Amino acid sequence: MTWSELSELLAVGLQETAWMVFVSTVLTAVGGLLLGILLVLTAPGGMLAAPAVSSVLGFIVNVTRSLPFIILLVAVIPFTRAVVGTTIGTDAAIVPLTIGAIPFFARIVEAALREVPPDVVAAATAMGATRRQIVGKVLLREARPGLVAGLTITVIALVGYSAMAGVVGGGGLGDLAIRYGYQRFDTQVMIATVIALIVFVQLVQTAGDILVRRLSHR
Amino acid sequence: MYVIEIAGLRKTYRAKGRRDRAVVAVDGVDLSVAEGDVFGVLGQSGAGKSTLLRCVNMLERPDEGTVKVGGVDLTALDRRGLREARHGIGMIHQHFALLSSRTVAGNVAFALEVTGVPRNERRERVAELLELVGLGGRADAYPSQLSGGQKQRVGIARALAARPKVLLSDEATSALDPETTDSILRLLLDLNQRLNLTILLITHEMNVVKRICRSAAVMRDGRFVESGAITDLLDRPDSELARGLFPLDAPTSLDGHTVVDVTVSGDGADAPLLAEVARRFDIDVRIMAGSVEQLAATRAGRFRLAVPAGDDAPLNYLSERGARIGRPTAPSPIEIQGAAS
Ligand SMILES: Nc1ncnc2c1ncn2[C@@H]1O[C@H](COP(=O)(O)OP(=O)(O)OP(=O)(O)O)[C@@H](O)[C@H]1O
Ligand SMILES: [Mg+2]
Repeated sequence: MTWSELSELLAVGLQETAWMVFVSTVLTAVGGLLLGILLVLTAPGGMLAAPAVSSVLGFIVNVTRSLPFIILLVAVIPFTRAVVGTTIGTDAAIVPLTIGAIPFFARIVEAALREVPPDVVAAATAMGATRRQIVGKVLLREARPGLVAGLTITVIALVGYSAMAGVVGGGGLGDLAIRYGYQRFDTQVMIATVIALIVFVQLVQTAGDILVRRLSHR
Repeated sequence: MYVIEIAGLRKTYRAKGRRDRAVVAVDGVDLSVAEGDVFGVLGQSGAGKSTLLRCVNMLERPDEGTVKVGGVDLTALDRRGLREARHGIGMIHQHFALLSSRTVAGNVAFALEVTGVPRNERRERVAELLELVGLGGRADAYPSQLSGGQKQRVGIARALAARPKVLLSDEATSALDPETTDSILRLLLDLNQRLNLTILLITHEMNVVKRICRSAAVMRDGRFVESGAITDLLDRPDSELARGLFPLDAPTSLDGHTVVDVTVSGDGADAPLLAEVARRFDIDVRIMAGSVEQLAATRAGRFRLAVPAGDDAPLNYLSERGARIGRPTAPSPIEIQGAAS
């Protein structure tokens, strides 16, 4: 394989990975944040304590998280068809990636929100803050560094999951590494894709770290 | 006029589904705080002080009893009414409870946002409040860049944002060193006088009561064992508060002598009573322990005296001159804390 062929392969793979990870990250950020907030609010002793809702949500999250991603990928195929209209390709891969990542990120959001000292929430309550103000201006705002750090972890997990997107024809760098390196013993392509993945992950982590440092005033 | 009126307050914590593990944190407390008063609730760890205070702004819902602030019964309000009422009740916290993600100005602005002060008025009001607590220059600092005393000043500025009539203080100086504690207490006293702010504080430090309180209660196992104006409490024989304010570290008996604890307050505190007694009855009065101090409420002193046994006349004379005579008592738990602080 020539250099230009290789770089062509890598460029396409990188583009596919970036797209899958980007879209599913945006969807996961929104979905995971909402689910995480709901987990905190409905928990016993929470602001909207609802034990039944809380245990159902917790159960769904745990079930989703215990499935191996490859099985989730196949299991949601009918849903994917309903949402995207097709079951193969990069866009089709985004659906299982998002479904797999939302519960993961939701737990991180839950943990980050619980890190906000109860004292601070009590102080806001004592000032006469509304529940909306407490969620928006106290919990989410105070937890911001933790949320960004958690999102960074999620993005990187998504990069890992996306390697399996090849199963539904999603492509991407991981798929490249598996097809060329694992199935065809093409070491050159494998090493190149792995290096590209490492650089990608490093960039994401570094960007996340910088943002966290900027947001953190503890 | 009473700004805070609490009657029959009870609060029990139950371990979930286990009646046997119930903790009665507040067990029938009546409390009235007059406008402009500084009222201190003193008690050991676990006495129920924080629970009591948190019931005053409904951070905890009492099981029984009523809590009136400014004449409004908070236990009867709906969520919205309670939020309104809370604007009139400031609170400061032992560990400051500031928003770490906001600057000093931002923390004070938060209180204004919550109260619904329009954006264009906030900036000026923030500056005014920071000036009031002596933090004019630190508006753009983050809480993590401040000392404990400065953080508590932010907490105080924030608590005053909505111009409350009442300030609740949960161990506001317990995390501070003695000098910083002093400066915060001075600030609170200053605000009490300038704004006619009524302060209800809880503490386990006798020093706080000494420095700023005009009324006090001693709390144990969820109940008040004594409460009232400090001048009145000092008048009671064997007042726990008196014993706490003036710990007497001396034996309670002496061969051939009658040992008594004598409390003096107001004008009597500085009168040369002991010399008078010694001269008048021509006896040796032995001072075994004691001191005279300036309290926020009054000037007062307490002594453990030994006078020759057999003649009650000198003690009766002291009584006539306004001193309270009590039996010498072993140190109370509070007294030990008083000695330590
Ligand atoms: N949320 C809670 N759940 C269960 N028990 C509680 C809770 N809060 C307080 N208690 C119990 O109620 C009692 C009184 O507690 P409280 O915090 O009011 O005491 P305190 O006088 O403020 O003590 P400290 O000086 O240590 O702050 C204690 O026995 C405590 O264990
Ligand atoms: Mg307490």
